[in-house]
Formats: sequence, structure tokens, C-alpha cells
Amino acid sequence: MIPEMGHFALIIAFVLALLLAVVPAWGAWRRNVYAMALAPRLAIGQLVFVAISFTCLAVAFLQDDFSVAVVASNSNSLLPAIYKFSAVWGNHEGSLLLWSLILCLWTSAVAVFSPQLPLLVLSRVLSVMGAVAVGFLSFSLLTSNPFARLLPSIPPDGNDLNPLLQDPGLIIHPPLLYMGYVGFSVAFAFAIAALLGGRLDASWARWSRPWTNVAWAFLTLGIMLGSWWAYYELGWGGWWFWDPVENASFMPWLAGTALVHSLAVTEKRGLFKSWTVLLAIFAFSLSLLGTFLVRSGVLTSVHAFATDPARGMFILVFLAIVVGGSLVLYALRAPAVSSRVSFSWVSRESLLLFNNVVFLVATLTVLFGTLFPLFVDALGMGKYSVGPPYFNAVFVPLMALLAPVMAFGPVSRWKRDSTQRWKAELLVPGIVAVVCAITLPLVHADYNIWVALAVLLSAWLVCGLARDVWFRMGGSAGFPRGLRRLTPSYWGMVLAHLGFAACIVGVVATSQYSIEHDLKMSPGETDVVAGYEFRFLEVAQVRGPNYLADEARFEVTRNGELVAMLAPQKRRYLASGSVMTEAAIDPGVFRDLFVAMGEPIGEGGAWAIRLHYKPMVRWMWVGSIFMALGAFATVMDKRYRRQRSSATSTAHGTEYAR
Amino acid sequence: MHARLKLFLPLILFGILALFLLRGLSLDPKEMPSALIDKPFPEFSLPALGGDAKLDKASVSGRVALFNVWATWCVSCRVEHPYLTELARQGVAIYGINYKDEDAAALGWLQQLGDPYIANIADREGTLGLDLGVYGAPETYLVDAQGMVRYRHVGVVDERVWTTVLLPLYTQLKGEGEG
Repeated sequence: MIPEMGHFALIIAFVLALLLAVVPAWGAWRRNVYAMALAPRLAIGQLVFVAISFTCLAVAFLQDDFSVAVVASNSNSLLPAIYKFSAVWGNHEGSLLLWSLILCLWTSAVAVFSPQLPLLVLSRVLSVMGAVAVGFLSFSLLTSNPFARLLPSIPPDGNDLNPLLQDPGLIIHPPLLYMGYVGFSVAFAFAIAALLGGRLDASWARWSRPWTNVAWAFLTLGIMLGSWWAYYELGWGGWWFWDPVENASFMPWLAGTALVHSLAVTEKRGLFKSWTVLLAIFAFSLSLLGTFLVRSGVLTSVHAFATDPARGMFILVFLAIVVGGSLVLYALRAPAVSSRVSFSWVSRESLLLFNNVVFLVATLTVLFGTLFPLFVDALGMGKYSVGPPYFNAVFVPLMALLAPVMAFGPVSRWKRDSTQRWKAELLVPGIVAVVCAITLPLVHADYNIWVALAVLLSAWLVCGLARDVWFRMGGSAGFPRGLRRLTPSYWGMVLAHLGFAACIVGVVATSQYSIEHDLKMSPGETDVVAGYEFRFLEVAQVRGPNYLADEARFEVTRNGELVAMLAPQKRRYLASGSVMTEAAIDPGVFRDLFVAMGEPIGEGGAWAIRLHYKPMVRWMWVGSIFMALGAFATVMDKRYRRQRSSATSTAHGTEYAR
Repeated sequence: MHARLKLFLPLILFGILALFLLRGLSLDPKEMPSALIDKPFPEFSLPALGGDAKLDKASVSGRVALFNVWATWCVSCRVEHPYLTELARQGVAIYGINYKDEDAAALGWLQQLGDPYIANIADREGTLGLDLGVYGAPETYLVDAQGMVRYRHVGVVDERVWTTVLLPLYTQLKGEGEG
């Protein structure tokens, strides 16, 4: 009964989405205030029914209702309750429903938190989001019904959730990622609404900026969690593989990063208007493209969902309508004439333009590398796979190009600046950075030129920021009063840029200094990695809720002092019989120690063991968290709130609605 | 006018991309050619699963057969297994290559789930797999009566794969072998 209720609620949500896509848009066209005013209500109604539907599916999972096909193939009665819940989105149908739910959440959030928006704009924005929801809800209903039953032969138990997904990180990774992906639909909807209204001014940038920053922050966290999960769960200590599905989430992030910066120029200076609109369309289009790549089976990936050409065709048509439609609109309505506002080459505008170019080139190279196997296959030129060497070869230099320029950004002035001033501002930070680059890598045993370069770039960034914060609060005279003068959006920028600096150091240090030992070990043996002595104590049998495991116990000492006890496992899951490696990690600020079990070797109780020493690997995740927090902080800015109170007057709204 | 035309550029690029994606839907990225296509099946000498008898290329050639690479650690193999049993029942000759596996576990699996294989080559170290260019399990090679590899399928063999890809080739090879 409950699954049918869920299905029915999904149908109602679909009807509401259809109404939302049509009625307010019609109202905006005919200037019908009643039709436009329906938009927020429809948005909330849509959310309520998708939420009901989602709850019904979750209940089916929690109650082990194996008559429901997705429950039978993705859950098991032995599965811990929390994983029964996360199994809801551990499959194609359920994750699609989660996608729709999050889309409805964003739509309702726009409806609720935008009283300052002119009704005309609001109704257009919500209509566009409604149209996107129509696409996804019909995708669910027509090709991927999560409530399909297995009747009359109900399996006695389920197939179990893929053991790789039975992990705390994976409970929140997809929702965060989807919050980011789908969040870009808000920027997209604002861009389309602006194109429809023909008014591409600073105000649409101001309205969509906080939404874009929040979506970007979620996407950053989502990608970071995915990388962290790959690191500890896949068992070979890698944290980024340039896998097509990773790239699918990374491309919207890159485009989104360009968008976040471009919006700043459009808001503050009214420049780059067409460009910013195009980036907003890009960011969301790449989210949709990611969905297509993951769910259509066009590319091979370790992540791919069970794929089906019919689903692929559906998303492709949907993609063609949304992206094609918006690009047609863009071509017809975007301002073709460049703005009369000018800026000199030495100014903040050009620095941000540089940022945009770098991120766009990065997006396109990742896109090209990801789709290259498809291109050559479609042209009948054979089968290729593009691996990390390509991506690293193009991506690393791009980021290395970006970092030196980044330090100029915060110090620079809009419109016109002078190189003289930059020199005066950044001379000291530059010297400090060079000194850091020479000295800091000496802490490690062997001096590494790449690490030195990474330290140089990030120290340059950090010192530049410090110089700027000091300058803005008015030097020592202004302390601490000056601190309060700085706005949340400024602090957000500082935090995000610091996070980026931490990422650079973390990525380079861990790639250069990591030590891996793959060896055969028997209980009682020891191995020394980077000064840490790993002693293999014993192997024990352990029983988990739905698995049996061989657990190796290691004692790690350094100079005779106990550092950690590590217990990696080799698990055999009961329902599926699949075997999973569970690495054991001793985390630290400056180094991680990582032990994973391979296969048993011979009869003598020996195992293939993998020991890793990973310096500063955490820096990139902490850096990513900083970036995300920075983006969240910008939303606290009074600028957006003040704007709200002054713009709630209907005069502004009616002026637009005229 | 010229400035307006420039704005159509993203649309055109997207159109090209969409055409590729459309074409991609009808391609299967998992369909991987093997370096061994139309080349002889590699020579080997490995124990048969669950016994001391040695198997070599001669003992498994002479008829059109499928060589299925499988292992107990491979989840998809479990999915594939019932359909292989069904094919064996229909009289299709299937040899197993038990790939990087433990004999005891593999024998237990066959006892529990049924044995569709004429014989199983125990490739414990993966040496035969290396010669074949095995990418992962499951994989299935179609070998003709002369011992030539004629097709390689990466992934699960199910009814769709069998009827659309393997069966036509299988019938054709059968015809050649007997005619």
C-alpha cells in the first residue's frame, strides 16, 4: 500500500510541476498577477508531494518490503538501519527521486527566501525550475519507477546494498553532491528568466549570487567527500582517479567556480553580462551532462549505475531541450554589443577575466578528455581510454598558472589599477613566499623541487591575503576595530582562497612524498616505512552485522613509542558473497598511516599487505572544507539582507510587472 | 549582425556534442576488442579445478566453445551464473577459467549454485588471464573449433548479449566447423 501511495504522490508532484512550468510563465507573459502569484504555492506543493513520495520509498526500505524491486535488489534484512536508509539513494531509481526532491527543495527555498524579488522575475525563475522538475519527474515515472513491484514472486530476502556503499561517507556524499548539482539550476533559472525578460543588469547577478555560492559550496563538499571516501574505502590509497563519473561532478564545479567569480564582476561593475549568463547555462548543463554520462552507459566507470539505453535516450532528449533551448534563447536575447563600461588591463576585472579563462579552459579540457573515448569510438577510430596522465598534464599547469595571479586579485582595484601599486603591496609577501619555499621543504628529509614550488605558490597566496586583510582593517592602528569593518563576503573570499592554498600544498606534498610498500607479511613480521615500524601482530576472525571479516592487527611504533594500533579488515558480505577491503588509517595533520589487506598468500598465514605513508593528504580535504565554508560565509553578507528590506516595497515589483 | 552570429557558437558546439552523445548511446564501451581476435587461443598448462589433472590447450580445443573467466570474489559472476547454467542446459559448450581464486571457494560455489562448465581451468596466479588480456571478471571468449579466439565480451553474458551478439556468431562458427 505504501509504495502505491508513494507512486501516487509522485504523479501529483508531476502534475504540480507541470502547472508550475506553465501557469506562472503564462502569467508573466500576459502580465496576469494571479497566475504569477501561484508560483510560490505550486513550488511548495510540489515539494510536499515529492517529499511524501520519498518518505514512502524510505519506509519501504526500512520495513524490508522486498516486493518493491529496488528494495529487493539494493537492501537486505541484515543491513543496519542507517544503510537501509542510505540504500534509498544507492541505486538509479532512488537517487533520481533524491535528485527531484532536492530540486524541489531549492525551488521552494527560492520561493520562500525571495520576497524581495519582483513577482515577474520570481514567477519566471520558478517556472523554469518547474520545467526542469517536469523533466526529472517524468524521467522517474516513465523510465525509472522506484515503486515497481516484484509480484507475485516476492523474494524472501534482498540482494544487499553494494558493500562499497555501506559506509558513513556514502550516506551524505550523494545528497551533498546533488545539492550542488541541482543548486546550479537556481543560477540557471535566474539566467533564463533574465534572458526572457530582456533585462540583463546588475540586479539579476545580485539575486543569483548567494544561491550560486551556496550551490558551489555544497558541490565542493560533495566532491571532497567522494575523494575522501575513495581514499579510505577503495583500499589503495588513491584520492582522485579522473574517472568519468568523478569528472562529471568536477566539470560543473570548474564551470561553477568561473561563474562565482564572473558574477562578482557583473554585480559590481555590470560587465561580462552575456558571458556570465553563458556560464550559468554551462554550469547547469554540465550537471545534466553528468547525469547523462552516469546513467546512460555511454562511458565505462567504476561508479556507473545499472544502465539502460532507453534511459540514456530520455536524458539526451531532455538535455537537448534544456540546453539547446536555453542556448537558442541565449543566441537570440543576450546582449551582443559589448558594454560601454571600460576597464584597463591592469585592474581587478582583467584578473577575474583571467580566472574565467583558466577555469573555462580547465572545464573544456576535462570535458574533452572525458568524452574522447566516445568521440573516437563514434568516429570508428578504435577504442581508447584517457587516463590520469592526460588530465594531470593539462590540469596541473593550468592551476599553476592560476595561483600566481590569484594573489593579485584581492589587493587589486576595480576599473584601473597600477603595477606600481601592486609592486608596493606585494613586495613583502613575495619575499616571504620565496623564503618559505626555500626553507619549509627542508623539514622533510629530501628536498623536492615540486613541493618547493607548491609552497612558493601557496605561501604567495597566503601572504598576499594576509597583506590585504592587514591593509583593509587599517593596519595596527585599526586593530581590532578594523576587523569588524570587513564584510562576511570578504572573509568568505579569504577563507576560500586559503583553502585553495592548502589544497595545493596537500596535493603536491602527498603526490611527491608518499611512500607505498606492497609486501607479503606473516604475523610477527615488521616493516619500516618512513621511520614508522609496522608490526603485524595477528589475524583474527571478526563478525559484523552482515559480514564476516579477517582482521589483521598492526602495532605502529616510532623510535620505540607506540603511535597507533591499526586493524584493517577483509570482509566477506553474507548476502552477496562479495569481498571488500577495509583499510585502517591513523590520521594526522602532517601524515596519514594507511594499512590495507590484500589476499592471503599460501598456507602459512601470510598476507599481501599494503603499507602507506601519506604526508599532508588531509590538507586538500581541509582546504576544500575551507573553500565551502568561505562560500557559505558570503551569504551572511548584509548586502543581500539590506537589499531585501529595501526592495520589499511593491513599487519596485510593480515597476517590473508593468 | 556579425556580433549576433557569434552568440550562436555555443549552440552549434552543443549540437555537435549532442550528435556524438546520440551515437554513443548505440555504442557499447564495454565491448572491447581483444588483441587476440582471430589469433590462436594461448598455449597453457594449468591444473583442472578440484583435481591434480593438468589441462592444456589441446584438451579444451576441437569444438566451438565459450571460455568464461569467473571467480568467487566477483559479484557480477554470481549474477551471470544462472544464465550460463541455462546455456549449458541448451547444449552450449562452456569452459571455465577460474581466475585468481581459491580452489575450495570455487568448488563450494559450483556445488552450491550448479556447474555449467565442461571443465574448469584453475588459473590461480592469473597467468592465462594475462596471456588472454583479461580486463576483469566476468569475461567471455568465443573460440572456434580450430582454437582461434573469435570474439571477446567484457561483462555479464545475459540473454540480451547472448541472442544479439554471441548466438549469431556461435551459430555461424558451428556451421563452418561442421560444414
